[in-house]
Amino acid sequence: MHRLARLLTLATVLLLPGLWQPLAAQPKIERVTTALGIEAWLVREPSIPMIALEAAWRDAGWAAEPAERGGLARILATMLTEGAGELDSQAYQVRLEELAVSVSFSADRDEFRGSLRTLTRNREEAFRLFGEALARPRMDSEPLERRRQQALIRLSREQEEPGSIGSRALFAAAFPDHPYGRNPSGTPESLKALSAADLDSFRQRHLGRDNLVIGVVGDIDADELRRLLEATFAGLPAKRVQVSIPDIAPALDAKPIVIPRDMPQSQVQFIGAGIGRDDPDFYAAFVMNYVLGGGGFNSRLMEEVREKRGLAYSVNAYLAPMRHSAIHIGSFGTQNERAAEALDVVRRELRRMRDEGMSEQELQNAKTYLNGSFPLQLSSNSRIAGMLLRMQIDRLGIDYVEKRPGHIDAVTLEDIRRVARRLLDPDNLLVVVVGKPVGIGG
Amino acid sequence: MPRLPSLCLTLALLASLSLPAAEARVFDPRTFTLANGMEVVVVEDHRAPVVTHMVWYRVGAADEPPLKSGIAHFLEHLMFKGTPGIPPGEFSRIVARNGGRDNAFTAQDYTGYFQDVAKDRLELVMRMEADRMVNLVLTDELVLPERQVVLEERSQRTDNNPRALLGEQMQAMQFLAHPYRIPVIGWEHEIRQLTRQDALEFYRRHYAPNNAILIVAGDVTADEVRQLAERHYGPIPRREIAPRLRPQEPPQLAERRVSMEDQRVREPSWSRSYVAPAQKAGEAGMPYALTVLAEILGGGRTSRMQRALVLGDGPASSAGAWYDGTALDYGRFGLYATPKNGVGIEKLEAAMERVIAEIQRDGVTDAELARAKAGLEAAAIYARDSMSNAARTLGAALTSGLTVADVEAWPERIAAVTREDVQAAAREVLDLRRSVTGILLPKVRS
Repeated sequence: MHRLARLLTLATVLLLPGLWQPLAAQPKIERVTTALGIEAWLVREPSIPMIALEAAWRDAGWAAEPAERGGLARILATMLTEGAGELDSQAYQVRLEELAVSVSFSADRDEFRGSLRTLTRNREEAFRLFGEALARPRMDSEPLERRRQQALIRLSREQEEPGSIGSRALFAAAFPDHPYGRNPSGTPESLKALSAADLDSFRQRHLGRDNLVIGVVGDIDADELRRLLEATFAGLPAKRVQVSIPDIAPALDAKPIVIPRDMPQSQVQFIGAGIGRDDPDFYAAFVMNYVLGGGGFNSRLMEEVREKRGLAYSVNAYLAPMRHSAIHIGSFGTQNERAAEALDVVRRELRRMRDEGMSEQELQNAKTYLNGSFPLQLSSNSRIAGMLLRMQIDRLGIDYVEKRPGHIDAVTLEDIRRVARRLLDPDNLLVVVVGKPVGIGG
Repeated sequence: MPRLPSLCLTLALLASLSLPAAEARVFDPRTFTLANGMEVVVVEDHRAPVVTHMVWYRVGAADEPPLKSGIAHFLEHLMFKGTPGIPPGEFSRIVARNGGRDNAFTAQDYTGYFQDVAKDRLELVMRMEADRMVNLVLTDELVLPERQVVLEERSQRTDNNPRALLGEQMQAMQFLAHPYRIPVIGWEHEIRQLTRQDALEFYRRHYAPNNAILIVAGDVTADEVRQLAERHYGPIPRREIAPRLRPQEPPQLAERRVSMEDQRVREPSWSRSYVAPAQKAGEAGMPYALTVLAEILGGGRTSRMQRALVLGDGPASSAGAWYDGTALDYGRFGLYATPKNGVGIEKLEAAMERVIAEIQRDGVTDAELARAKAGLEAAAIYARDSMSNAARTLGAALTSGLTVADVEAWPERIAAVTREDVQAAAREVLDLRRSVTGILLPKVRS
């Protein structure tokens, strides 16, 4: 009996979702500014005795490195934790471990990033060590040679992985003669030529206070944070040196590029036209892509490629806005024998979305998901810190969390049709296949 | 083996392997058991109005019948194919339409299903999860394409990746008799033969409330969860569940080695794993000493392996150690290293042997012990930042024969480890007669 009852209530709930509004989950964001003008966005969360800080420097990612210095930004990121001030590499690391503090840096395409995690009780020394790494890194020769060796091996190992091989070729073809087309890991020649002076020059030119954004979440109040920020970042130059990187549209007209590798599964990646984060149609494109390929198990690509035909384990597409370009990018892996069929299915779905748009029901479902799931992205300190940083990098405004649902809800079917026609072109897609695909290319 | 690859999941899993924990309490969960035997664990976390809802079954790949490798994982995929109340493919759509995310995962000792949702959607997902615990409907039209999906998953994870292939070979050599020798995803030739009937038999044999653990973490109270769980899981009758009897290992008499060449490989690598004790309910001791040993030997950038093998003129470009002690039967302790350009694998291995011999002979220092413990104790606090990490850690522990009390006692058991314990653990476990050594080399085309 209970089984029937359960089914009835289930059916009732299934009819409701269109009416459901997600619960408000809005962390209170404080703007904290120091006397020097260093600004951080803070969410105070005292329930766990820890602090997470995320920092980013705009326009200081690997795209900013000189063409002949490929790999510089990534090596610099590793070298910043190899000793600072009076502490050599081992002494610095011992200090971090004694305090259970984590300090790390990385170089993205457009931003250089830093990350600090500490127990509240060790915050003073943790912030000091983070600041020392930025302002007084030692760049000793032992760690530099070691990091160079590791980078060379990493570069070589990228040639083992179908995903890396494919995306190298894809970006090189999409962005010829542009920093975005270069390998962020560099080349054997560029890595061998890098010097400590190169690294230091990049650091001093690009890691300033005027291109710095910071997000902090944790057990700390605004006054205490202000004091620590001033001490930590005062050593950076007030102004960074401007870089000039031209805007570029991806080149999409090439025939499919096949990179032969002896593997059972072809790894397929594709690029189409994208849309800027600040474009008025960004949210329409975002919703459109969710239905097409961004919605996990529920996207059209997943339904057609995986669920109906068993052609792939995963298939996805997403929008990748960048500082100087924008792309729509997707990938899947499929058995060599059926690679052409799978690619045809993907093209067909792009065409169907372009020509027919989506149904009112699909649009409603997408909105419910995109708004309803947003609070899940704000469920931990580290996730919130990441969001605070993204909001600043993309200049979304401190009220973004409140405004985002409205942007999503405002998208209409007409917006979807317009943006699909603008972006999707199944006949003008840059495709790279790694493997032994049957029926593609050559 | 999740149904979809996800970075978050992988990270959560890694974190749960090293079983993080805290000061006086770690996750401070509430527990109770329903009348039908279903265990319930609630971790209250009121930072955001969201919850993670998970059901873990005490069944994994190591519980599969002969000739049916991969059936536990295949069934995990098929659990999304519908019931009389939920049409095929609708499960995840309904979750998404309600602003949630869902997925599932399979390991040697457990299978788990989860949904992350706003707290007012908890009852909906609970009702759906309870429904598919007993009402799964499968047809060949749904099962056969999904078997292709699993074969593609195997290609993507394993066959396309020589490092994963070597790992599979090493795992198979580590155990002569115990089913941990079989990969979770299954052997390809056996996956190809799996049927709808195989899945349904496995389902009926193992999926029941008295073989399941409900874990809810997030903005909810234990009383609320109790009410909902009694309403939705409570009416499902218990079922006779056979004990988890698995062949145990005969004594290992000699070291085992596998060397693989593959023309896709550009950089050689070396690794070794030892059969090690797993954590046991109510017991401190060796597993905790091994956790500390892994830290000191190869856990971070001041470790023994780092200093002896990687820094300066050392032979390795990278090196590290790990211990996985959350398992029903056997844990594993592992070492790995990549040689610097121009350094032979033999030289690297010899240097590694010296590091092991030294720690066995001379033990560790007070400073090393203090540093390792500081990091592990803090990891227990950092672990509380992620709701899903809390739920994953508790679920893995409970399906591996541990209790909530063991998870909560983790920090004090780590704190109790002495220098002598670490040395004794190194002497007992880092023994070649427990080991498999794996070498991966580039194959030069002739």
